[in-house]
Amino acid sequence: MGRKVAIIGTGQTKHCSSREDVNEMELIYEAATAALKDAEMTIKDIDAVVLANMELFEGRALPDMWCGEGAGGFMKHAFKISTGGTSGTSGAISGYYHVASGLFDKVMVVGFEKHSEGNASSGMALTDPFWDRHIAAAAIGNFALSVSEYMADRGVTEEQSAKVAVKARRNACNNPHAHLQMPDLTVKEVLESPVLAYPIRRLEMCPQSDGACAIIFASEEIAKKRCPRPAWVRAAVTRHDHIYLGEVKKRLTIMRSLREAAKVAYDIVGIKEPLKEFDVAEIYDPLTYAEIAWYEALGFCKDGEGGKLIDDGITLMSGELPVNPSGGVISTNPVGASGTIRVAEGALQIHGRGGKRQVPDVNLVLVTGYGVYCWSDLLILSSRPG
Amino acid sequence: MDPLVAIVGASQTKFEPDKSYESIIETVFNVVMEAMADAGVNRDEVDNIVTSSVDLWDGRTASNQMLTEVVGAIMKSESRVAGDGLGAALQGIMAILAGVSKVTLVVSQCRGSMGVQNEISNWVFDPIYQQTLGLDYLSAGALQANYFMSQFGISQIDCAQVVVKNLREAQNNPYAQVKREITVDEVMNSPMWAYPIKEMDIAPISDGACAVILASQEKAKVLSIKPVWILGVGSCLDSHYLGDRDLAGGDALIMASKKAYHMAGITNPLEELDVAEVTAAFSYQELLWTELLGFCKRGEGANMLKTGMTSLGGALPVNPSGGMMAGNPITVAGLTRLVEAVLQVRGEAGQRQVKGVRRALAHGTTGCCGQGQYVMIVGD
Repeated sequence: MGRKVAIIGTGQTKHCSSREDVNEMELIYEAATAALKDAEMTIKDIDAVVLANMELFEGRALPDMWCGEGAGGFMKHAFKISTGGTSGTSGAISGYYHVASGLFDKVMVVGFEKHSEGNASSGMALTDPFWDRHIAAAAIGNFALSVSEYMADRGVTEEQSAKVAVKARRNACNNPHAHLQMPDLTVKEVLESPVLAYPIRRLEMCPQSDGACAIIFASEEIAKKRCPRPAWVRAAVTRHDHIYLGEVKKRLTIMRSLREAAKVAYDIVGIKEPLKEFDVAEIYDPLTYAEIAWYEALGFCKDGEGGKLIDDGITLMSGELPVNPSGGVISTNPVGASGTIRVAEGALQIHGRGGKRQVPDVNLVLVTGYGVYCWSDLLILSSRPG
Repeated sequence: MDPLVAIVGASQTKFEPDKSYESIIETVFNVVMEAMADAGVNRDEVDNIVTSSVDLWDGRTASNQMLTEVVGAIMKSESRVAGDGLGAALQGIMAILAGVSKVTLVVSQCRGSMGVQNEISNWVFDPIYQQTLGLDYLSAGALQANYFMSQFGISQIDCAQVVVKNLREAQNNPYAQVKREITVDEVMNSPMWAYPIKEMDIAPISDGACAVILASQEKAKVLSIKPVWILGVGSCLDSHYLGDRDLAGGDALIMASKKAYHMAGITNPLEELDVAEVTAAFSYQELLWTELLGFCKRGEGANMLKTGMTSLGGALPVNPSGGMMAGNPITVAGLTRLVEAVLQVRGEAGQRQVKGVRRALAHGTTGCCGQGQYVMIVGD
């Protein structure tokens, strides 16, 4: 079996709609230096670098060539993982492999995206070019179809969706890195925001952000020496699926890749009642409705009860299982970094470095990544090496 | 230490200038089925998949998503290294060493015919300084060629001989796109594209794919195929800016090979390796890489070639497959080198077989002028 691995440091930029003051490499450098500072390391300590990004958004080929140095990859092993929206979590899982394999002891993973330099809708032209793309190409059109189906199947209401938006943007106020911080947002305002494609409203959708996030993975020996409270990687599972537009039910309502990943990961760690056993969850919510669907897919509640979870305040900061204290993807979305941010936010809850967004006494954290409408990554982090 | 990861299956397509008679999905499906048949494993036994492809070359975001079904990744773990196929192999090796996979399929695909190569490679350069200068792989390669050749007294004829050797050897390779007996004069008389690089010094634009199947030690021992063991791996990224690098040197390749040799317990590569497959998109690069890999002293690469040491039957045959000159698409080249190395170790390389191969080297590179370098050593 592989070695035990922990996250010992994280770093992020302040995410926002446009960082004109820095280029992509400088953006990465900010996150990487912040992570090194957090782990009390210098770049000389790092053995390898994994980058994560969706290059078509910026129209760059092999951006790891230019940007690798920004993460300190000079004269080290460095490559880029790119799996759509899951890139950030897949990069983190690759970082975990690097250390667990025994080939590297200290590995830096940096997810990044600079949406302001590209056109997200053309960058999202990922669906099948023969059958799907001329019906629904980019994220909003695709989600409009799957959300309509999901609402009809599970009875989720527009108000419940709006509550997720309010929770996210208010939580984001406690996160100094978050993009959309709206302390006074109300359900009414969300419901009155413009409809982008029915039933999706602007305030229910994730933004496009510029930002980078870095994580440092370390072997057991180094983690114990360098970090007072390492975040141990207890499970790291990926499941992929392939869905044509006609099978839209499989996207939010069924979402078997997330259900299967959760089943496998829960088995590894021995989790039977996720809602009770996890102390916090950082899940990849591309829009409000998806967060409710993921509650169900992750087994926080039965199918059809996701809306009730938000109604009852279970996933608020004050609730039984706070979901996305960071504000989530709905508040901050530099795509290639969005998954990495989930992992970093999960880890810093265990580190006890969450500042105003810290949940008390965190020992077990669930993290998910989401991409290509039907791909799932899932990590479980713990204060105990296991 | 006993090697812990083996290659138990390998396959490649025929490399062609234009495969538009079938879809990428069909190409990949075929190469995956062949690799699994070669390994004698079925879809259920493959528990992890790593692909290698690049969105800009595929013209599609998250382009590996079109392959989910044909690589058999439904409800399985799949990841993609957006770069050279040897990087994907390294990711697969790490998944097995990490204990999360027993059998990993690694697939690399690229279609050179679908894009304008000099434009795509221009987009590899930083968008502020180098991209706006109009640099692409060819013009940057010409800068490197000039510097390397002037530093070590290498002539254009020396480079032309690399092409002559590789296209001659490629006649033994049924997967090769370009193969024929040519003369130095033909290379020298081919049109000048970017001094000193001429048309025939450049690897052809090509379409194709290849795949390998990796297995844990435990699993490899129960399969009927003779395992080829991963003995050493090394990977290193150099500076991006050409002015920051010693273009006639190549610290990244020196570092990557040093790591791989150390892991494999190799101290004298020329004597201890039996064959090498290197990724050289331009003829001069084969000479440069063979020097940096430590097969000879600096500046001796051309002599090594002239004396036949790197030809089939020589002391250390380099690219008996014909290498990239015989045609491999850009991000597929590294993994194709690994496939060829595996065939050599197994003794199944047909007419291009080097006698008595026990250890083989596969080299891959990514970015411009060898910025990113991968070295793998495999053996019996």
